[in-house]
Amino acid sequence: MAQTLYEKLWQAHVVADEGQGMALLYIDRMLLHEVSSPQAFAGLRDRGLKPRRTKPYLAVADHAVPTRQRLQIKDERALAQVELLAANCEEVGFEYLALDDLRQGIVHVIGPELGFTLPGVTLVCGDSHSATHGAFGALAFGIGTSEIECVLATQVLRQKPLKTMRVTIDGVMPEGVSAKDVVLNLIGQLGASGAVGYALEYAGSAVRAMSMEARMTLCNMTIEAGARIGLVAPDATTIAYLAGRPRVPDPLPAKKWLALASDEHAAFDRELALEASQIAPMVSWGTSPDQVVPVSGTVPTGAGVQQLEYMGLSAGDKLAGLPIDRVFIGSCTNGRIEDLRAAAAVVGTNRVAPSVGAIVVPGSGQVRAQAESEGLDQVFIQAGFEWRLPGCSLCVAMNDDRLAPGERCASTSNRNFEGRQGIGARTHLMSPAMAAAAAIRGHIVDVRELLV
Amino acid sequence: MEPFTRLSSRAAPLPQANVDTDIILPARFLLITEKRGLGQYAFYEWRKGGDFVLDQPRWQGALVLVAGDNFGCGSSREHAPWALHDLGIRCIVAPGFGEIFRANMLRNGMLPVTLIEADWRKVMGAAELGEPVTVDLLSGLIMLANGSNFEFALPEDEREALLNGWDEIDGIRARFGEAITAFETRQRVTAPWLWEHEKEPTDG
Repeated sequence: MAQTLYEKLWQAHVVADEGQGMALLYIDRMLLHEVSSPQAFAGLRDRGLKPRRTKPYLAVADHAVPTRQRLQIKDERALAQVELLAANCEEVGFEYLALDDLRQGIVHVIGPELGFTLPGVTLVCGDSHSATHGAFGALAFGIGTSEIECVLATQVLRQKPLKTMRVTIDGVMPEGVSAKDVVLNLIGQLGASGAVGYALEYAGSAVRAMSMEARMTLCNMTIEAGARIGLVAPDATTIAYLAGRPRVPDPLPAKKWLALASDEHAAFDRELALEASQIAPMVSWGTSPDQVVPVSGTVPTGAGVQQLEYMGLSAGDKLAGLPIDRVFIGSCTNGRIEDLRAAAAVVGTNRVAPSVGAIVVPGSGQVRAQAESEGLDQVFIQAGFEWRLPGCSLCVAMNDDRLAPGERCASTSNRNFEGRQGIGARTHLMSPAMAAAAAIRGHIVDVRELLV
Repeated sequence: MEPFTRLSSRAAPLPQANVDTDIILPARFLLITEKRGLGQYAFYEWRKGGDFVLDQPRWQGALVLVAGDNFGCGSSREHAPWALHDLGIRCIVAPGFGEIFRANMLRNGMLPVTLIEADWRKVMGAAELGEPVTVDLLSGLIMLANGSNFEFALPEDEREALLNGWDEIDGIRARFGEAITAFETRQRVTAPWLWEHEKEPTDG
């Protein structure tokens, strides 16, 4: 019978069928970070257990890490949390990338960079943006701390199969439009809970034409529509990205990986189609990622009072022209080399508006080094951006990067939740090119005006 | 895990949709590396005014929260259900939940009840009036003081795990140790690149 990519990945990892649709799924890989793992290690210790395996783990601190300098963490609790991760990994024999390691960075950026993320594997992390790794045709999803403990102890998780949804994106994205705009558009259509219970697969000519970086942006934000899993079938682009990276088998099993693609007549529980050429640069206006409009749009009538009050907006307000105080370019959604290239191309020889504080936070040490080798750091610095060290930074505001109450930020991150970038902070989600344009103009603007 | 069978209590109403885990437990409190004692940080920003529903006398000590659709969407932080558990919440009734949040609730002995909109509205009405609500997992019913009952469904495995307070890890180790080893033996042959430089796994 014809199978989808999701069904193939699922079937290849069933350890035991418990009945009633519940199965024990083998977990091939787990990424660990400092925030969601401490209680799992403690739980394992309380049980008197050791991890079943040690090789399929890679640990890195990202959420609490400062980005101005990283070797002296001033916040005592953040320091203790990072040191605890290092100590836990040392105790059980997991690979931990220390803060002075060039390969260090955000879990969802370094996993693919280091070939830890591979097609055909099951990969989990105590982080909802684990869907990112689905861009490689890995069955990847975010889990809680109890589930982390379960994987450590048993290398399996109890899971129910999800329904499948194929999102077919055909056509060519217009200039100034990126994968971020496509996924924001999709989330707007589906709603924040519209994909709960589904595993999404992205298909179509626009997805085939995307780089791995763009596919990761697409899969990364799947969770904002409620789905834990977003997938793209491995193809020549996937193989080319992985070839030669550490941890990637040599020769790589290309034939097996390519065979993971959904069969031609495979049936999906739900189908959705997007035409890439019809998508405009998108901006969020509210406090949920599904509250988005094209940059030429207005805050919808019928918007909730609580959201409008929080965001300091009224129904009918235009998004374009809205003054901003801060710009954040980075995160596991948009902190990769291609994102920095797109932003730098818009910046060019322009300068950041005097009223705006703007930072660029590369997703990893390798992204930062690559950007510097291309001179992108100089483009940003000369324009007046701060060029920071890698970390989650203003996406989650757990380190010392945060907004003041009422500050409005053009942000390439993934969540515009209340308080996400600091107490009372107002977040507008957009692409790296759009955020760069906002930095230069000092207000939200259609990036295509700067590309003419 | 503490078993869940039946409870009666007032239910705190929180009707907004898409209450995310950043609202339930703001990220700056994720630097805490303990599971316990997080209740004081739950809904931290929303509680600043002093009139948040859980702080009002009518709903003091509520064991049930009646929440809006997609409750617990967003991040995977288990600190969110830990914090609610610490406040005494044992059951949340909503039209729908964030998937990871819901999975995290179940692993902490907390019951997520999904109701259709019409039934949810009636339970929300009782919650707003401060009337007692009884949640009975054995019969799969929510009972209101006016005598009306609402059936809710829970997958059998989740129901049994809650009723018995089963520990997931103990259960897997006791029942599936051999099956896991057999899978690993097969995978060493079918995907040897996932096992390079690795010795036989140890069980515990």
